Amino acid sequence: MTSTTARSRVTRWPALRVYEHHLLVYRRTYRGSLFISFLSPVLFLFAMGLGLGTLVDANNPQGVQGISYLVFLAPGLLAATAMQTAAFESTYPIMAGMVWMKTFDAMVTTPIEPRSVVFGQLAWAATRLTLVCSVFLLVIFLFGAATFPSALLALPFAVLTGLAFAAPIQAFAATQKNDTVFNAIFRFGITPLFIFSGTFFPIERLPIFLQPIAWVTPLFHGVALTRGAALGTLEVTSTLIHLGVLLAFVAVGVIASFVTFRRRLVR
Amino acid sequence: MRLVSHVTTDPTSSPSSRKSGPSTGPLISARGLTKRFGDFTAVDGIDFDVAPGEAFGFLGPNGAGKTSTMRMIGCVSPRTEGTLEVLGLDPKTDGPAIRGRLGVIPQQDTLDTELTVQENLWIYARYFDLSYKVAKERTTELLEFVQLQDRAKAEVEPLSGGMKRRLTIARGLINEPDLLLLDEPTTGLDPQARHLLWDRLYRLKQRGVTLVLTTHYMDEAEQLCDRLVVMDKAKIVAEGSPRQLIDQHATKEVLELRFPVGVQETLDGQLDGLADRVEQLPDRMLLYTPDGDATAVAVHERGLKPESVLVRRSTLEDVFLRLTGRTLIE
Repeated sequence: MTSTTARSRVTRWPALRVYEHHLLVYRRTYRGSLFISFLSPVLFLFAMGLGLGTLVDANNPQGVQGISYLVFLAPGLLAATAMQTAAFESTYPIMAGMVWMKTFDAMVTTPIEPRSVVFGQLAWAATRLTLVCSVFLLVIFLFGAATFPSALLALPFAVLTGLAFAAPIQAFAATQKNDTVFNAIFRFGITPLFIFSGTFFPIERLPIFLQPIAWVTPLFHGVALTRGAALGTLEVTSTLIHLGVLLAFVAVGVIASFVTFRRRLVR
Repeated sequence: MRLVSHVTTDPTSSPSSRKSGPSTGPLISARGLTKRFGDFTAVDGIDFDVAPGEAFGFLGPNGAGKTSTMRMIGCVSPRTEGTLEVLGLDPKTDGPAIRGRLGVIPQQDTLDTELTVQENLWIYARYFDLSYKVAKERTTELLEFVQLQDRAKAEVEPLSGGMKRRLTIARGLINEPDLLLLDEPTTGLDPQARHLLWDRLYRLKQRGVTLVLTTHYMDEAEQLCDRLVVMDKAKIVAEGSPRQLIDQHATKEVLELRFPVGVQETLDGQLDGLADRVEQLPDRMLLYTPDGDATAVAVHERGLKPESVLVRRSTLEDVFLRLTGRTLIE
């Protein structure tokens, strides 16, 4: 039998165990999930990039910022999709863990601490983002909307964009008793950002007073990075600023999550 | 009946054989243990000790502070005041180390309905850092122990309440805990499911697993607990074995009298002197007496005509009524 010392051992890498829980669940659903990850960009790039893009390009012989609409749109959509994926992964699954199934409560009765739940959740969000964005980028290459392999740099930028949303949103989700407010997040937060953060058109086209709002949202910075990576137009200073903003969102979100997860699970 | 049949195999690999060395004092020790949520005091300065191998119970109505106490022992709720030692460690500083040696059966099932029965046990084993090999071995053994072996690959959601509880108990045993915490283990279950669960818990107790449970069922406390404390309004009001508590706070027998509607209110002292103590409940009178039959005769001699007469042994319910003036389940 195991010795006393072995039994009282504290779990090493507890966040990894939380992550493993997601893997076990995902094992059952990954096929459908990956298929949707593939279908969604195909439809979007086809309808918006080629369909709408034909009209846009016909009216702009110079193109949007000198390139075809499809090439302009694709990296922006990549970042926006990262945001949407992150928003989903950090709302309903948190509600399941805290309220619906209380799987987080089960975790913290073991040697796992709330902060490891936070890290495990984010690690899983990063994995989902990597999967979704990789498939998206693959579709972009298939459409010929970016150059392989230089545009691959857009992938880590897209994942970081997603995490900049996932961390603060999960901190907030952990304070909620039910999912009613999530609809509002999607309707009044995610969807407007999706449309107005430079995804579909440069934010310079926005009324001047709206532009500062775009600057403080992570998606604007994410789009700037993914587009810069895809088009090869990144500059050092602006890249560092965009990265700094996104990392700040992640850091604030993680610290806030520590507080809200602990408050909810250990009381 | 299958429920009480005794299986000779020992599928949980005999936790008694794992009991660490010589017993050096209590597994749990609390002094002045207090939990406040804002202005509300959930646990108000309670003292208790739980010895190794003991089945220890917190008996009390809903809201007495039982769950708050259990959560403090389980290191998922920091204490407000007082001292608490679990397995010789302080939950404040050694939460993960203590939790690694606990098995927790929470009041509400926290099973993952996105996973199968066996996957629920595997992943829980992983939370304790057990290898997949060990996790799978123990899962097989434990599913057999709680008689869910034929459900290993089933979804969790369609299981009955009793099966889910048994699965939760199997999950709580996956790390071969030194101490099993059960918060209202059979609340909401039908009688058959309860008896099956009691039978499993009794076996664990016989193997030397220390059980700490809360309940508001006196029969559960009598069945399972070697020793218990009665809690009411955040405080401990009595402590002892079920037998001691009954001897101390109740008489040997109880005479229950039910009168026709409206009559009970008009008795007005007519039962005085017939018993050591008389309690009035909304629907019946309880007369505490060493000899129920003799008292019943005396009642009739006074010309009183109750609708029904019942003589029974005193239970923990009577102890609780005596100590708090209220019934356990209202």
